[in-house]
Amino acid sequence: MKADPKNVLTGSHYLDGNYACAEGAIAAGCKFFGGYPITPSTEIAERVSQRFPLLGGVFIQMEDELASMASILGSSWGGVKSMSCTSGPGFSLMMENFGLGIMLETPCVLVNVQRGGPSTGLPTLPGQADMMQARWGSHGDYEVIALAPDSPQESFELVIHAFNLSEKYRMPVLVMTDECVGHMTEKVVIPPAEEIELLERKYTDKKPGEALPFEPTSDGVSPMIPIGKGHKFHITGLTHDYRGYPVINAETQEKNVRRLIDKVNMHADEIIWLEEKDVEDAEVVIMAYGISSRVIQPAVAKARKEGIKIGQIKMVTVWPFPEKRVRELAGKVKSLIMVEMNYGQVFLEMDRCAAGKCRTYLVGHAGGTVHNAVDVYNTIKEAVK
Amino acid sequence: MSVKVEELVREEHPMEKLLRMDRIPHIWCPTCGLGTTVTALAAALEQLELDLDNVAVVSGIGCTGRVAGYMKLDSFHTTHGRAIPFALGLHIARPDLKVIVFSGDGDLISIGGNHLIHTARRNVDLTVICVNNFIYAMTGGQVAPTTPITARSATSPYGNYEHPFNLPLLAASSGAVYVARWTALHVRRLTTAIKEAITKPGFSFVEVIAPCSTLYARLNKLGSGLDLMKFYHDNSVIRHGADLKEVDIDYQSKIAVGKFIDIEKPTYIDCMNEGGKRAFGDKYKPYGGGNGGN
Repeated sequence: MKADPKNVLTGSHYLDGNYACAEGAIAAGCKFFGGYPITPSTEIAERVSQRFPLLGGVFIQMEDELASMASILGSSWGGVKSMSCTSGPGFSLMMENFGLGIMLETPCVLVNVQRGGPSTGLPTLPGQADMMQARWGSHGDYEVIALAPDSPQESFELVIHAFNLSEKYRMPVLVMTDECVGHMTEKVVIPPAEEIELLERKYTDKKPGEALPFEPTSDGVSPMIPIGKGHKFHITGLTHDYRGYPVINAETQEKNVRRLIDKVNMHADEIIWLEEKDVEDAEVVIMAYGISSRVIQPAVAKARKEGIKIGQIKMVTVWPFPEKRVRELAGKVKSLIMVEMNYGQVFLEMDRCAAGKCRTYLVGHAGGTVHNAVDVYNTIKEAVK
Repeated sequence: MSVKVEELVREEHPMEKLLRMDRIPHIWCPTCGLGTTVTALAAALEQLELDLDNVAVVSGIGCTGRVAGYMKLDSFHTTHGRAIPFALGLHIARPDLKVIVFSGDGDLISIGGNHLIHTARRNVDLTVICVNNFIYAMTGGQVAPTTPITARSATSPYGNYEHPFNLPLLAASSGAVYVARWTALHVRRLTTAIKEAITKPGFSFVEVIAPCSTLYARLNKLGSGLDLMKFYHDNSVIRHGADLKEVDIDYQSKIAVGKFIDIEKPTYIDCMNEGGKRAFGDKYKPYGGGNGGN
């Protein structure tokens, strides 16, 4: 299905990453946004609140982030594409109902414009230190999908992609941007609506009484069950069976949690999106995501000019982690480098998958600013030795 | 001629249309007030002759939180305290549905208190049925924001000393357009109140005082569930339109019941549409629901 032209601001614009996220959501057909102001994500909510009234959407400023996250789950079950955005402490508050979204297998999109933490931390300055919280922030075992745009243009595109993934895999999808991308203003080209491909929700074609909210399927994703059609279905955050009924025992827990994990793992190759450059003959591969993948460019260019065989991988998706690719590379290269604005979160995954087969390096710091290219360059020099 | 028992047995339970019979027996204790409260909701829905395909129930966590799981309706058992914001999202997506929040005092008033007052303030068209048993029952009888002063609980073993909330006053002062309180004994009056609440456009709040004989009554030596029902019988005072400052419930005090508030006020969606028209004139199309999708 193509985007509705009414929702698409086709043309070239000068937008910051946050406004671009909002335009991406609108183009994707989002019609409900429950949000709560928090720096540096607020402009997404502001833009949506400006644009929605004439597009038939509802923006509601909820009383807190707990309610924001709960409201988008409710509206998604009402059949409406739904989104929220947040930063820092707001992300912590949303983790409770993010888990409910995972458990109820509810499509929706949550944008986290990351700032420095912990606690109130650096409200106005960037960080990438919520990456492990994105992965494990709600209690229990589950898999997530998280995307990391590096620019306003990519913010627009990846929010649309996030909506498509959320509908396809019937789960909340995270867009992990940061203050730098969120507040950076660049050219954003919004294509004509007919060039924007949208995935519509798959609903059950079974009759009331026959359809199950968590019906087992070969691809691990159950079609949704529509409200108000006589299905009289039940869903619960408790461990449940295919009918959605709570069953409190180890056997049902195993099936329930396995479904949440398997539906992402089964499709990991399809979900994982890496942009590789010069990796084929590389001795050193440098990995980064979001703004950090742009910040490394001068250092990589200088190293290559000096004849260092360095390849790079930009992780457009961070979760699920590209485990297979990193294991492959670890057997071939001298070193792998991870550049991220934290003290080693996604680095730990890279290091685990390298499994001692190559050296691993972290270029990390506590956030507040992007990396200094000199630190990146020095690490490359060290890694190639 | 004597009649055989089999001839009198009905093949269908009278509430079968509204209950998930495959989930019965329920988990509630004998003499719990939830049984009659759920019966009142079922009776209200039947009497209103609503198309049951268009009614949804949302619950939070706790004994009352399990109600959603027993009603044969589209039903959602959500997180602790978040039934109201979940229901808000559902209502905005599908304003054509009747969305009923059915949960307990701990869920709606303590952990979910902020959502209750803000959703009442916005006058979102939801019906909230709050079963108040004065205690956290599911977790074993801890003190609640509704526990009367001096009442004992698992975490107020020497008697509660915190001021409890006065729920009708809280709901009304936050903006609810319909506020009533009945006990689990007043089944017919409660049914009428639920009917009125469901029919009322805007945020309706029905408090149901309900016995918890397993915990509240046992910890306070108040006797059985039946004794509590007798207590409600002897101590409930019908005071329609009462001054809500005077409907506090003290330990084993008289319980003011009745319809306290029934006023007209534009709903959240009415106000949103009014705001849209104010800002954009004819360019604004009144909101009639989300993207449908199904």
